[in-house]
Amino acid sequence: PQGLSGARLQPLCVRSLSLTSSRNALESPPARADSTFKVTMVPGDGVGPELMTAVKEVFKAGDVPVEFEEFHLSEVQNMASEEKLNEVLGSMKNNRVAIKGKIHTPMEYKGELASYEMRLRRKLDLFANVVHVNSLPGYSTRHNNLDLVIIREQTEGEYSSLEHESVAGVVECLKIITREKSRRIAKFAFDYATKKGRSKVTAVHKANIMKLGDGLFLQSCAEVAELYPKIKYENIIIDNCCMQLVQNPYQFDVLVMPNLYGNIIDNLAAGLVGGAGVVPGESYSAEYAVFETGARHPFAQAVGRNIANPTAMLLSAANMLLVLSPQNQCVSVCVSLCVCVSQVRTRDLGGYSTTGDFVRAVVANLRHRPVY
Amino acid sequence: MAGNAWRSTVSRVMGAVKSQTQPRTFSRGMQTVTIIPGDGIGPEISSAVIKIFEAAKVPIQWEERNVTAIKGPGGKWMIPPEAKESMDKSKIGLKGPLKTPIAAGHPSMNLLLRKTFDLYANVRPCVSIEGYKTPYTDVDLVTIRENTEGEYSGIEHVIVDGVVQSIKLITEDASRRIAEYAFEYARNNQRASVTAVHKANIMRMSDGLFLRKCREVAENFKDVKFTEMYLDTVCLNMVQDPTKFDVLVMPNLYGDILSDLCAGLIGGLGVTPSGNIGANGVAIFESVHGTAPDIAGKDMANPTALLLSAVMMLRHMGLHGHAKKIETACFDTIRDKKVLTKDLGGNSKCSEFTAEICRRVQDME
Repeated sequence: PQGLSGARLQPLCVRSLSLTSSRNALESPPARADSTFKVTMVPGDGVGPELMTAVKEVFKAGDVPVEFEEFHLSEVQNMASEEKLNEVLGSMKNNRVAIKGKIHTPMEYKGELASYEMRLRRKLDLFANVVHVNSLPGYSTRHNNLDLVIIREQTEGEYSSLEHESVAGVVECLKIITREKSRRIAKFAFDYATKKGRSKVTAVHKANIMKLGDGLFLQSCAEVAELYPKIKYENIIIDNCCMQLVQNPYQFDVLVMPNLYGNIIDNLAAGLVGGAGVVPGESYSAEYAVFETGARHPFAQAVGRNIANPTAMLLSAANMLLVLSPQNQCVSVCVSLCVCVSQVRTRDLGGYSTTGDFVRAVVANLRHRPVY
Repeated sequence: MAGNAWRSTVSRVMGAVKSQTQPRTFSRGMQTVTIIPGDGIGPEISSAVIKIFEAAKVPIQWEERNVTAIKGPGGKWMIPPEAKESMDKSKIGLKGPLKTPIAAGHPSMNLLLRKTFDLYANVRPCVSIEGYKTPYTDVDLVTIRENTEGEYSGIEHVIVDGVVQSIKLITEDASRRIAEYAFEYARNNQRASVTAVHKANIMRMSDGLFLRKCREVAENFKDVKFTEMYLDTVCLNMVQDPTKFDVLVMPNLYGDILSDLCAGLIGGLGVTPSGNIGANGVAIFESVHGTAPDIAGKDMANPTALLLSAVMMLRHMGLHGHAKKIETACFDTIRDKKVLTKDLGGNSKCSEFTAEICRRVQDME
């Protein structure tokens, strides 16, 4: 971990370091005189709003100079429209950084094949989704001390939203793979690995069956790998990858893959360290960064019951702070978080604490932090 | 005991499979079974199974056939006609691993076999093996995967240089057929619930169609509970608590991934059996691991997967006594831990492992 020394709990935050300072493409938002950062916030559906409240409370307690611009965009709550979407995009263009919950995609086919979540991704060209799979200190699962990074291409592949019923009773769904986007995500993965000092990148594919599609993806990864001789490059077939993840996840370091496999592996890996409530993630484009949870679920059955685990969202918010202003605030937030995780357990981790309990514990910790 | 649960499960599985095929009278003589040894370690483990069956005096006559893709009239890839003939006659097959070259070349042999015999259902019961410990205990689920269409249609095009499209095909008929099989299976094996796994929120038309068919079929099977779950939710929950799942039914790609995931939970492909059910009474049982070219010919392979699939086959044929004998011998050997192949944690050779099982089988006489 660069720069920050101290409790070994801190690396949890540092490892999740976004790459603003080191990626030429993404520059930090301009520092203001009063150094308050404006961040777009889209609470989304399900427990999203509750998690956003948690973030706001923790930030307030930590005296974090961030101002949130909230937009309520939701497909299931009938709060979705072109204007709303454009408002969000406009706000993003100014602020460049956002934090969001999951915008739930209803299953009913209302005439629009692409969900709002997908459209947001495409319009902002958030091509890279990075999920940090780190074991929580103090919480043991079947596989401890995990440290994986999962990089997923999230604008093409199986989520092309190109479907049609060619003959009655026969539906075709197109999966699109392009060399350009495959190269782009591969380069992102190798850049990331280089900057973070990771040793290996593994491409996940199914090129033995989808010879042209995934074959192209694999070829692109191999081509990019040659430009990074210091990083080891391997590839593995998706079904074998899933099997290896449950038997021996330690053999992996950074994983890069197309859209659908990314969805599967994100969730699988999140399950390995404790579930959707503990894994942070973010999405990047060349100009924007959106912070969210790693495994994206609205978790509608928890709404109003105060049981959702805010850890993932809070960790992601801490990562966002690192992007905005790498100062001590992030450290404090992080440390408080980590300490709390080992003591205050929400339902998903086997405890009985509520979301509120957890947030209060973090806030209390923050208030008593040493002032630098 | 997980071992007994495993055995009773397998017998239930095979009871179900059997009841769905037309009644056949097996002659009191030898029953012919087509055996396809396969590539890599295939020949070694096939001969191991044949040896064990001999030791158990199973009334089976093996007809060995090879399947290498050949170009038929009209330029279409197909399996050799001798292999097809043999399978059509015997209706039962046992298959070792077949090589699938990556990226270009002829289509996967496994896919070809499936298309030829319309093997529409892949059934993989995953039950924790007593004596072979993994971090996941008490796993007892069955994955039923639609095996003919979906993402593995093999239809791909290069639109322009650098842009490729792969077509995923979902049809009403195939979806209905696999859903019906899943529910019948659940009913015949006293399984409580069937869960449809899908991604209909993203692939609204295709997976939406699959899901609709499952829902329709569920209406006719009110005694079996029907639930639906997103693929990512299933993955998330499966690795945290696999005991929550019972019978899972899904389209091709998800089935491929999930069935391998579940195999990983119980110990890997080296110990997982699998059966493929076809539309006209054909059933091919296979080991689902790869050809393992790195250990081929070195007498290091583990024949357990092929053996357990062969046991599934025996039950399908009604030879329950022999099935039980061989299965017990196999499990006892694994539980004993004295003679285990490398992947099971020991350092015995394949031939030694096989000999040990043969010995146990003969001792049971």
